[in-house]
Amino acid sequence: MEPILETLGLAEAAQLLSLSPPGWGANLLRGLANSLQIAFGAFGLGLVIGLFGAYGKLNGGPILRDLLAIYTTVIRAVPELVLILILYYVGSDLINKVASMMGYGRIEISGVVAGIWVLGVVQGAYSTEVLRGAIKAVPPGQIEAARAFGMPAFMTMRRVTIPAMMAFATPGLANLWLIATKDTALLAIVGFSELTLETRQAASSTRAYFTFFVAAGALYLMVTLFSGAVFGRIEKWARRGQPSLKGGHK
Amino acid sequence: MTALRALMQPHRIVMMALFALLILWCAISLRWDWIPRYMPLALEGMWRTIWILVVTSVLGFLLAVPLGLAQAVGPWYLAMPARTFCTIIRGTPLLLQIWLLYYGLGSLFPQYPWIRSSELWPYLRQAWPYAVLALTLSYAGYEGEVMRGAFAGVNKGQLEAARSFGMPRLTMFRRIWLPLAVRNVLPTLGGETILQLKATPLVATITVIDIYAVSSRVRSDTFIVYEPLLLLAAIYMIIAGLITLAFRRFENRVPG
Amino acid sequence: MKKTMLAAATIAAFVAGAAAADPVKIGIAAEPYPPFASPDSAGNWVGWEIEVINAVCAAAELDCVLTPVAWDGIIPSLTGQQIDAIMASMSITEERLKTIDFSDPYYNTPAVIVADKAMDIEPTPESLAGKIVGIQASTIHQAYAQEYFKDSELRIYQTQDEANQDLVAGRIDATQADSIAMADFVATEAGGCCEIKGPVANDESILGRGVGAGVRKGDDALREALNKGIAAILADGTHEKITAGYFTTSIYSK
Repeated sequence: MEPILETLGLAEAAQLLSLSPPGWGANLLRGLANSLQIAFGAFGLGLVIGLFGAYGKLNGGPILRDLLAIYTTVIRAVPELVLILILYYVGSDLINKVASMMGYGRIEISGVVAGIWVLGVVQGAYSTEVLRGAIKAVPPGQIEAARAFGMPAFMTMRRVTIPAMMAFATPGLANLWLIATKDTALLAIVGFSELTLETRQAASSTRAYFTFFVAAGALYLMVTLFSGAVFGRIEKWARRGQPSLKGGHK
Repeated sequence: MTALRALMQPHRIVMMALFALLILWCAISLRWDWIPRYMPLALEGMWRTIWILVVTSVLGFLLAVPLGLAQAVGPWYLAMPARTFCTIIRGTPLLLQIWLLYYGLGSLFPQYPWIRSSELWPYLRQAWPYAVLALTLSYAGYEGEVMRGAFAGVNKGQLEAARSFGMPRLTMFRRIWLPLAVRNVLPTLGGETILQLKATPLVATITVIDIYAVSSRVRSDTFIVYEPLLLLAAIYMIIAGLITLAFRRFENRVPG
Repeated sequence: MKKTMLAAATIAAFVAGAAAADPVKIGIAAEPYPPFASPDSAGNWVGWEIEVINAVCAAAELDCVLTPVAWDGIIPSLTGQQIDAIMASMSITEERLKTIDFSDPYYNTPAVIVADKAMDIEPTPESLAGKIVGIQASTIHQAYAQEYFKDSELRIYQTQDEANQDLVAGRIDATQADSIAMADFVATEAGGCCEIKGPVANDESILGRGVGAGVRKGDDALREALNKGIAAILADGTHEKITAGYFTTSIYSK
């Protein structure tokens, strides 16, 4: 009796998860696409903020350095959920006020852009710290050499600092990317239809809570494992030409 | 003394003055008249947040020790489940884990009527056991990974010395291996605990009334949006600051 | 000056997709609330209220877009301009009128108590004393329960659906909610455990006078347009026709 029941149970789950209606699989995948889109955007925005933040923290004046310290400390001490609510409500309010002050009228902000902005600001604080550490780990001699050959500052950054720091930054950035994908779930709280909210809507419409939550967990896990593999390759590539850390040939 | 001198730089004095002005402006032009009415509720919520934080961190850490040990030196039949557990916990959003535990398990209750007549039912009805379970597992998952590295990183010479004096294995673990591993992870432990603090508001989504839930309640009762959120952010920052200070004191007392 | 131009350009680039001819964003609650509004497995929103929104917008000649937002943040979303109107079964109450404006009502529904069939519960504060009552946050029911059910343990949910789920699971003893949605719920397989125990004593200052469309204070043009649309579908029988597709009796009274 046991195996028959089990196949029956699985058949029901398979039907619920099928990609065409009445299955809810397509909804989950659409949610996943939204989640990934926001995670990509937020990670990218975070990297941009982080790069400027790291340079500011290392080379900026005292005021800029203090402001950046406040930014990274506050963001890292306040729960993402609270930050998301504050940035979500304040962000669009602020942009609209600025726009109307400059005579533009109202600006439409799509959910994806709002999500990217909110998570990007959070990611920026963490990236600032990761990239600052990585830049500091680059042997100063390499940068000095570039400067001695008269390389302009921006070119030095593009051709020397960034490639050299990649190896040091990759593990931290990989971690940040995983945080970005998981933090998109928090946008469910403000009603953005990413994977977690789509899952809950499907679950409560069909009452199959276990099936859908486990399915969504599997999707997140696939993203995690896949990105882990990708970042592993990136790290290997970034470390090319560097002595192996595991010892052996030194 | 040096800290004081660092604060006394001219630009910092200006910034502090600006900050004080900002606080003053917030105090005067924003609405705070709701505070007295919600004070008792807020204190209760704050207490619940701290209680959940402490209980789940301690339980999670206790669970992380065997998880780390199994992965570091355990046989494959222990190492593999431990590694799988850590991968799953770290690879999926905590919000999803909480909902799976609370609503997923909840959806099973009607199918098994005997659960309702069991001794555990009064606890299964409440929301906090699920919150504690989810946050404990999450902390254990992240910390288990850290402990794996810590156990593997303990100097083998120390363990060999203990063994050569004929110390029993359990004593060796209790007196040498564990303390050394814990000392290795102390700096990251503070950071992990702050991450745990930042995870606590998620329990509000399963009806546990922590400090975050109180702020939501103020928002829904009074339609005041920003003020409760700003105060909430300030409260979390204060708690995070206290955690940092506590761990720094603790670290200083542990011989290095 | 140049800097402000640059900032403006950045902002404009940041919110790419800014539309000039504004469609009206109608905020609905991002949760299944059958039979009024719920997502189907094809990813569309369906239900009585969705049809009414479409009919009202057509009658008022508005270009409407449905925008799902979290219920407990729906008023901040309106005042924060993420949406332009709320049509999410929101009752017109004095408390809400302090923050936003409302159109004329487009349906009414009394508040009821739902509980397990086996439980002997009356919809009164005395009968519910000592019981666990589940309610949805930011609703008239939360306000009502906080005022009247002082001796009950209140458990507050983000969505009514979660409260229903916990009612089925037996984690709460009763829930207070809109009668029509609850009639739909107890008719489902999962809701079969429970029944409507009756309406709570009315208190119009809390429970309001019907469900209307919420708009920002001062947005009179939109409010007038929505009023016109609601009046039109009530007059030409569209409202009645939509209702007949879902309910056996009228859910509108003056």
